[in-house]
Amino acid sequence: MKEKILDLLAEICEDDVVKEDLTIDLFEEELLDSLAVAQLLMEAEDRLGVVVPLTGIEREDISTPEKIIALIEQKASEA
Amino acid sequence: MITLFGDFSFFLLLALLLIPAFVLGYLEKPRRYYILFASIVFDALAIGGDARHIFFFVLYMVWEIVLLRLYVSVRQKRGREGHIYAVFLILCILPLALSKISGFLPIGLFQILGISYLTFKAAQIIIETYDGLIKELSVLDTLNFLLFFPCISSGPIDRSRRYEEDLKGAIPRAEYLELAGDGLFKLMLGLLYKVVLASLCYKGVQLFEESLGFSALVGYAYAYGLYMFFDFAGYSLMAVGASQFFGIRTPANFDKPFLSKDIKDFWDRWHISLSHWFRDFLFSRFVMQSMRHKWFGDRLKTACAGFIVDMFVMGIWHGITPYYILYGLYHGVLLALTEVWQKKSKFYKKHKKDKWYRVLSWALTMQLVMFGFLLFSGKLFM
Repeated sequence: MKEKILDLLAEICEDDVVKEDLTIDLFEEELLDSLAVAQLLMEAEDRLGVVVPLTGIEREDISTPEKIIALIEQKASEA
Repeated sequence: MITLFGDFSFFLLLALLLIPAFVLGYLEKPRRYYILFASIVFDALAIGGDARHIFFFVLYMVWEIVLLRLYVSVRQKRGREGHIYAVFLILCILPLALSKISGFLPIGLFQILGISYLTFKAAQIIIETYDGLIKELSVLDTLNFLLFFPCISSGPIDRSRRYEEDLKGAIPRAEYLELAGDGLFKLMLGLLYKVVLASLCYKGVQLFEESLGFSALVGYAYAYGLYMFFDFAGYSLMAVGASQFFGIRTPANFDKPFLSKDIKDFWDRWHISLSHWFRDFLFSRFVMQSMRHKWFGDRLKTACAGFIVDMFVMGIWHGITPYYILYGLYHGVLLALTEVWQKKSKFYKKHKKDKWYRVLSWALTMQLVMFGFLLFSGKLFM
């Protein structure tokens, strides 16, 4: 699961650095914006089968690759 | 009949009804039943004795509550089904749609207090139920949320889960006193904005209204823009201030909009609760659907289409009138152009942090914003 999430994230951010540095601040480094977040949630649902509701998360919950993995894995275990 | 935050009798009654709210808050007692009571008193007085208005208002409330209750239980049983969700969402918005097209019909339907704002709140509950964020619904607390009088007629648009947290949450005395004190300050500041400063700006609007020529038009746009700000920001401040006495932290609607560095920034500072509602429940979802079905090719094109659709709908929501729709489209196109500029321009990336660029960007943004207000005023169409 973790690898799939990272592949997806790298594809959306168009940068492999997100696979190497799991604590990088994605918004500060301008790797993610609100549009990319929408794409991330859409792909998470379609490719990984995990629904993460947009208004159920704060920017802080997805600010690093590490947090995104934790969030998606948590939602996957809840379903 | 009273006008919410609008006439002397309202403020007199507000002062009276804030006293028990303050006592409850000070004693750390539950506030939810009193809030519902105060809201019913104010809403009833604002609606007045018009039988037709009362009929449609009650019908609207029953309609929405039944829909919401039904959808929550259907969603629990049937899961995330797109078609059922779409039907409920359409039924939820139907009364608003009927009220908006009433102008073109021989009879007025759902011409009721706050319907434009009430519908946002009801639709948010449907959408978040579909998303699985809302799993149960209390009729009394939902009525409390919908009827909450400080926000009923013109917002700010709160979110149900946030509202209910405040409604049920205990607030320690020290924190409540601070909240109520800040509320009192906001009530006073809002009064200053709306009664003094907005009236002053309106004098300017009237002054330029009668003159002709380009410079009078520019003057009109600025005076009207400032009038809109002080009038609506003042109203919103008072709504937030009154809310705080009830222990409800209604979100702010304005954040120094005349300091916006670009149009995207402007929509994070102007009528925030509305633009963020549209961002979360229309723009993002439209963008997800178009990426899923690859309607527009790349992400940038998708974003541009999203901005234009988003603002177009916001324009229609203001009213089915050519200048409101044009106002929406205007801002949609501006947002799209801003997005392209910020994503594609090497010049932008190189200079965006330079002082001269920021000043220039701010100055240009202000002119674009003021021109938008001129469109919104309808003056160009008279």
